[in-house]
Amino acid sequence: MTDHAIAAGQPQRINLLKVLGPAHVWALGVGIVLVGEFMGWNFSVGKGGALGSLIACWVIGLLYTCVAMIDSEVTSTVAAAGGQYAQAKHIIGPLMAFNVGLYLVMAYTMLEAADALVVGDLLAAVAGTETFNTQPWVVLTIAVLAFLNYRGVFMTLTVNFIITAAAFISLVVLFVGTQPWNPGAVLQHRELLTDLPYGWIGVIAAFHFGIWYYLGIEGTCQAAEEVRSPGRSLPLGTMSGMITLLIAASITWYAASGLLPWEYLGQAFTPMYDSAVVTGSDFLKVFLAIGTVLSAVASANGCINDAARAWFSMGRDRYVPLWFGAVHPRYRTPFRSILILIPIAISFAFTGLLDQVITFSILSGLLGYTFMPINMILFRRKWPLNSIRRGYVHPFHPIPALVLLALCIATYFAVFLGYGNQLLAMMAFYIGASLWFAFHRYKYVRRGDQFTMSWPKPQGY
Amino acid sequence: MDAWQLAGYAAWAISALLLGWMVLDAIRVNREYSEDLLLSSREGYDELLEHERTGDRR
Repeated sequence: MTDHAIAAGQPQRINLLKVLGPAHVWALGVGIVLVGEFMGWNFSVGKGGALGSLIACWVIGLLYTCVAMIDSEVTSTVAAAGGQYAQAKHIIGPLMAFNVGLYLVMAYTMLEAADALVVGDLLAAVAGTETFNTQPWVVLTIAVLAFLNYRGVFMTLTVNFIITAAAFISLVVLFVGTQPWNPGAVLQHRELLTDLPYGWIGVIAAFHFGIWYYLGIEGTCQAAEEVRSPGRSLPLGTMSGMITLLIAASITWYAASGLLPWEYLGQAFTPMYDSAVVTGSDFLKVFLAIGTVLSAVASANGCINDAARAWFSMGRDRYVPLWFGAVHPRYRTPFRSILILIPIAISFAFTGLLDQVITFSILSGLLGYTFMPINMILFRRKWPLNSIRRGYVHPFHPIPALVLLALCIATYFAVFLGYGNQLLAMMAFYIGASLWFAFHRYKYVRRGDQFTMSWPKPQGY
Repeated sequence: MDAWQLAGYAAWAISALLLGWMVLDAIRVNREYSEDLLLSSREGYDELLEHERTGDRR
């Protein structure tokens, strides 16, 4: 729709465009996560050894499978931008919704900053000069991706689909290049795999970094208001994304742990590129270097999309100033929210503290996952099956919710072992923000307007 | 000055261009369109269903 058409036709309302399909949802979820397969997951090897990392990969995989199942059901029913924020608003209440919205904005903006930092660091490694300045590349990454997001969601996620698929293919090519059907030829698991070096407490500690295999798949929910068929596209995109990540995580672990000793792998900055170097193949080396950069770019791109939607939704409900709830009349994007988050992401990135930025992102994500089982149990209790139309119903309720809650508690313990101070600082921040919302901001919220689903009264009310 | 330094300056320039364009476009939109229209988006409002209801199947 052009500016002219809008002026002539005088529309009463402009909304986000419903143009996305399941492939875009897949690209959004997997795109945000896949960088974790190229770097970060391997710190779990440093905590628990290679086998400890594999256990963390599968246990945390179970955590995220529960996340994907729960999200698919609730989001296919509460199809609104803001994803889990909109869910919390309808199912639990405003204070929970404010916190969940803030978790989402912080998790994605910090992850975006970390991704941009990674792109800068990778280019510095390629340049190989000590005087290399990463800052212009960090800013360029964020500026180009924000520009893409500003101009429209369809092109943004189509580009994400292409670069995410290319990055995933590079992992598959590395896996095939290591000849997994011929153990001992390239892969040396027999020599390299050891017992658990720090015992089972090391395995628990590895859960913290096991999150990297999957962190961000829940971001698919943010596309809810822009998919053509939420009831079909969201479950399909999210569950196929989760299957992709389980495959990617397994082949990533298998290839890297068969090529690099756990002592090196546990502290490597670019483990998959290093694995390709060990194979001696120039083709794999170049392909994995490109794959690593593409995965970081895809992740930052998806994070800009998701953080802006969460902030936009909060603005629309006046949880933050209403001004942020604007939609661009031509591109149909939340343009003010995209703009305001650019300097915030650049500020985080300019600190240069990659591990701290990522830890705060993980902690915000973890707080969000803890909300999900409570949300799911209340959702089924207040609106039982057949009381409202659901796009998707996940099986075995309440087992996924209870498993997710138990795994979240175990992961908090794992994070506390390594980053206790950051965990407490993050809690203090969210408690402070909650007090601000409850005692100052909530008076600006139009309470009746925020509940938009045409559902019957919840049971028991 | 090596090639990477030059590329770094180019990166600053392109970033400034893109960020500047977005800011100018946002200012232009703010001037040309009423705030009521820009803030008219509603959660749960389905444009596709609306077209079907009104018989407009574009």
